[in-house]
Amino acid sequence: MINYDIVIVGGGPAGLAAAVCAKQNGIDSILILERDKELGGILNQCIHNGFGLHTFKEELTGPEYADRFIRQVKDLGIEYKLNTMVMEVSQDKIVTAMNREEGMFGIQAKSVILAMGCRERPRGALNIPGYRPAGIYSAGTAQRLVNMEGYMPGREVVILGSGDIGLIMARRMTLEGAKVKVVAELMPYSGGLKRNIVQCLDDYGIPLKLSHTVVDIKGKERVEGITLAQVDENNRPIPGTEEFYTCDTLLLSVGLIPENEISRGMGVEINPVTSGPKVNESLETNMEGVFACGNVLHVHDLVDFVSEEAAAAGRNAAAYVKAAAGSGNPADSDTVSTDAAGEQSTDNSGAVEVIKDTIEAHEIRLIPTAGVRYTVPSTIRPDHMDENLTVRFRVGSVYKNCYVSAYFDDERVIHRKRQVVAPGEMEELKLTKEQILQYPKLKTITFKVEEE
Amino acid sequence: MEIKNLICINCPMGCALTVEMEGQEVVSVSGNTCKRGDTYARKEVTNPTRIVTSTVRVAGGEADMVSVKTKEDIPKGKIAECIKALKDVQVQAPVYIGDVIVTDIAGTGVDIVATKNIELTLPLLG
Repeated sequence: MINYDIVIVGGGPAGLAAAVCAKQNGIDSILILERDKELGGILNQCIHNGFGLHTFKEELTGPEYADRFIRQVKDLGIEYKLNTMVMEVSQDKIVTAMNREEGMFGIQAKSVILAMGCRERPRGALNIPGYRPAGIYSAGTAQRLVNMEGYMPGREVVILGSGDIGLIMARRMTLEGAKVKVVAELMPYSGGLKRNIVQCLDDYGIPLKLSHTVVDIKGKERVEGITLAQVDENNRPIPGTEEFYTCDTLLLSVGLIPENEISRGMGVEINPVTSGPKVNESLETNMEGVFACGNVLHVHDLVDFVSEEAAAAGRNAAAYVKAAAGSGNPADSDTVSTDAAGEQSTDNSGAVEVIKDTIEAHEIRLIPTAGVRYTVPSTIRPDHMDENLTVRFRVGSVYKNCYVSAYFDDERVIHRKRQVVAPGEMEELKLTKEQILQYPKLKTITFKVEEE
Repeated sequence: MEIKNLICINCPMGCALTVEMEGQEVVSVSGNTCKRGDTYARKEVTNPTRIVTSTVRVAGGEADMVSVKTKEDIPKGKIAECIKALKDVQVQAPVYIGDVIVTDIAGTGVDIVATKNIELTLPLLG
């Protein structure tokens, strides 16, 4: 059995940033497992610009953003395996993986970082009637075909769903010579970023039909056309509003689902709202030493926030490995003392730890309600908290001139004005350790959207 | 007097902006909630520019396509011409991020540069 301190499942933006940060926090034994033939994940097919505005203060394309992190991984000498599929992670952190060179093999990890990302919701999840002809693609598949393989999926296109990938592909297919006839969105608002609606649809005169859906697909061998209809407030098609569009291609941009088969298999508890693991302030799942970050945890709009979140997971995994070595395994204790750089190192005295635990060790539950659909994290242990903690969440519909608030038990402590919040744009509130320690008996923090 | 309607892209608010124009001159901007909307509207109606991204073919590389972009933003009206000029471009691997693929695309004075590294295909062993 091969041994590593930290095994990272997935070499996309989350896995790369987690690896870099874990290494910078003193862990040398790190392995990234990536199933594709290159690092960088989905960024490799996102050739449009707009990445990195927060992280690097410049607008990069996806491959350029990925390269910044890939270079760090290589410069830091972090190990990775490509073309390697993780089959399973066991409860005692044995990672079973396979590739062409080594066949099936096991790796014993001290800590595992889940960074598998997400996948697209397929047609099968939508209940669209009609045959199953060629010409129906998820927007991301079309993106890969056009941008990486150099193939055009079709010439006349209708797009269902106004997620960002669909909007980006509306522009991309138009530039490559296709006629994108319409983008239909079931909801009364778009699921994509505003700038993508303006720069991908409005710039090219592509209509966006809100509260519309596909009610029929015509064509047996190949898509010949689709029928759109308006929907009522219960999302039921309204008879008499049907419109037929001839097209040879239907792209679906109808949502992303975190890819948590491996997580579920090892017993990680999943939040039904995000379809991602439930995590504490350290981004640690209910399984000790198993962390999650990026789109496998909850689907993000901006990669910058994935990198930020993943860095925290990497840092926390490093701290976990060091603490475990300090408390249990004498063989590793010398590495701990040399690695404990600067910040409060609790590794050397078990007695102090116990006393501290009885004073502060309790868990605060984060409760999303009144317009807030979920929070990441779900719980906070004040004694494990860094000085600052970013709580990320999404709202359930569009609210204008509202406040996002956090109640510490019954007291409203944070109350921030927002001109608009929308489901398509992730929100965040920052908590400080100092703030939380002022409430030693705090049980819950409730997050709400409040309209004046 | 000409009226142009825009949606501001600076934040999720998406203010509906109305710009009054007198020829090429902006007379007024309304509908914006903050200063950024005003700035965006003035630039967008007088000189809208975009970074254009696309792909070109690569010969002898690990991948068949390499992603590219205009090094700086170009006038919006030049996008179609820029894409057309890239249609038959093919480069030889290896290609690295920042390599100039086409100089002065569509007479804009802006170069097209690679945004991805494509290494040479390794010769097959045996």
